[in-house]
Amino acid sequence: MPQQQNNGRRVVFWPGNEVIPEAAIAAGCRFFAGYPITPSSEMAHIMSRRLPQVGGVFIQMEDEIAAMGALIGASLTGEKVMTATSGPGFSLKQENIGYASMIEVPCVVVNVMRGGPSTGLPTALGQSDIMQARWGTHGDRPVIALTPSYLDEAYMETIRAFNLAEKFRMPVFVLLDEVIGHLSEKIEIPDPSEYELVERPRPKVPPEQYIPYDSSESDIPPLADYFSGYRFHMTGLNHDKTGFPTTNPAICQAENERMMRKVDAHLSEIEKYEEYLTEDADVGVIAFGSTARAAMVAVNDARERGIKAGLLRPITLWPFPEEAARNLGKRSKGIVVPEANLGQLIYEVQRVAGCTGPVVGVNKVGGVPIYPGEILAKIEELA
Amino acid sequence: MAMHYKDFLRIDHMPHMWCPGCGIGIIVKAMLRAIQTVEWPINDIAVISGIGCTSRAPGYLDMNTLHTTHGRALTFATGIKLMRPDKHVVVISGDGDAAAIGGNHLVHSCRRNIDITLIIVNNNIYGMTGGQCSPTTPLGAKAATSPWGNADPPFDISSLCKGAGATYVARGHVGSGVQLERLIRGGLNHKGFAVIEVLSNCHTQFGRRNKLSDPIELINNIVAKTVNVRQAAKMSREELAGKYPVGLLHQDEEREEYYEAYKKVIQLAEAALKR
Repeated sequence: MPQQQNNGRRVVFWPGNEVIPEAAIAAGCRFFAGYPITPSSEMAHIMSRRLPQVGGVFIQMEDEIAAMGALIGASLTGEKVMTATSGPGFSLKQENIGYASMIEVPCVVVNVMRGGPSTGLPTALGQSDIMQARWGTHGDRPVIALTPSYLDEAYMETIRAFNLAEKFRMPVFVLLDEVIGHLSEKIEIPDPSEYELVERPRPKVPPEQYIPYDSSESDIPPLADYFSGYRFHMTGLNHDKTGFPTTNPAICQAENERMMRKVDAHLSEIEKYEEYLTEDADVGVIAFGSTARAAMVAVNDARERGIKAGLLRPITLWPFPEEAARNLGKRSKGIVVPEANLGQLIYEVQRVAGCTGPVVGVNKVGGVPIYPGEILAKIEELA
Repeated sequence: MAMHYKDFLRIDHMPHMWCPGCGIGIIVKAMLRAIQTVEWPINDIAVISGIGCTSRAPGYLDMNTLHTTHGRALTFATGIKLMRPDKHVVVISGDGDAAAIGGNHLVHSCRRNIDITLIIVNNNIYGMTGGQCSPTTPLGAKAATSPWGNADPPFDISSLCKGAGATYVARGHVGSGVQLERLIRGGLNHKGFAVIEVLSNCHTQFGRRNKLSDPIELINNIVAKTVNVRQAAKMSREELAGKYPVGLLHQDEEREEYYEAYKKVIQLAEAALKR
């Protein structure tokens, strides 16, 4: 098929599950380990075809846990890596996700959310893994989760996911929902000159002076590549700056707090959201992913009916854009939180928004999208 | 060749955390001698482990070392090897780590025939977590979770690996470090997935509960159960009951190694791009 061009950009009509792997390759991803799971499998299909064409490696592992392990191993060689999964697979990956957080190795994990719990609705929409993304592994660790609503945005957010993972030496989640994974849109592929690619910090000192978790200059210590002459040790046990295990309470406390600072001290750089007609909003709506698209229609419909509604759309769901939510909460009489689960994000909104009026959910878990009219009805109740 | 263990060890992290008399020291020394004889540069070696007493070994080795999650060492090793197929990847694992929680990764690594050397320290017990029975605890043996005697039949790890497709399978024991070194060297030199099962002693957790709390006594007990593989070939099934053949059990140099096979995938994919 002849490809359209627009301003020198390639124009394609792709589903989300094709946009993400192509963006990953553009971001420099050269390793993908996966396991078949609906509705994310198309990403593995595409990576199995594309990665060997660009000097990369695709492997289908024996299970989800193995895929996550292989991912971390590949990343330690200095390569950019990604896996894709869905709800139950995301659950299985959690232990090794915690391990990646603990040893501080960059990786990107895509979760195309479906209905749950358990096997749930494998082929249908869900948005019920957002708290799993935040709290799914045991222990405290920093979290970055990106939730694009449009496919051009998904392309750029995937590139940003790699950049954030590399910059902050941590796993970064791209949380799609089944609708974003499977809908096709016309998008223009950005030219590589339009974005920056980030590499992990690497040591500037010679091998004999290298200390793998030396945070004297930055909370994000340099990471040497395996086989580069920098021989070092890593463990999932609490460790000191040398990477070796410790149970010293002061060191454990300091190191865990440092890990959290990687996100907490860089919120302005990480946080991203879109505000739509929020300046004068009487009723706020906070929605992400495909649900935000319905919410935008609902806000427009409300405006047509004379209700001043506005939408806050978190693009980084974690860290949650607290200040933007607080400002919206202060201004509005109430907030509607539509989400394809039985109420998860609403807890975060209630916690941070400080809204004097009600905070109400629109919740569906039957696998069908939330329709604009259902959100509009709640907006009208609060107006 | 003079052996200088210090050239391979992180002496500043000694003393090690293993019990006096533990077999792991014999195994690590045999492994280091084998590595010295194959003359791999230490910068080119990654040693990966999971969780357990054995899995603490990489911390003492001055190489690229990774102490991962329980049972999953082979998966990390697979990712490393695929991105750097010209480097050397060794995994060291215990019986619980490799054959219970990591059993799925074990059989699939054998099936793939990826060029990784796996050393399994089989001491018939979960040592670090307090002496619970493992997939190789003998029937009737006592453990923290089998106080009335173990009802679970044990795996024969070497047969399992051979059956699953490993192309080099050897069994040694801590009673002969010389033989062990030779078997490990064979695994390191082998192009494909190599498994060396090592019968070892945990007198602290296994022996203490089974009237074998003295390490020498337990090692002698292990040695008494072994029979050389050549001798075993002449013995009947009945004669072999309760015996462990030791030596090189299986070697197949014909079957294609995993990355070699993947190279063909790369060639096909690149050719399609040029069309």
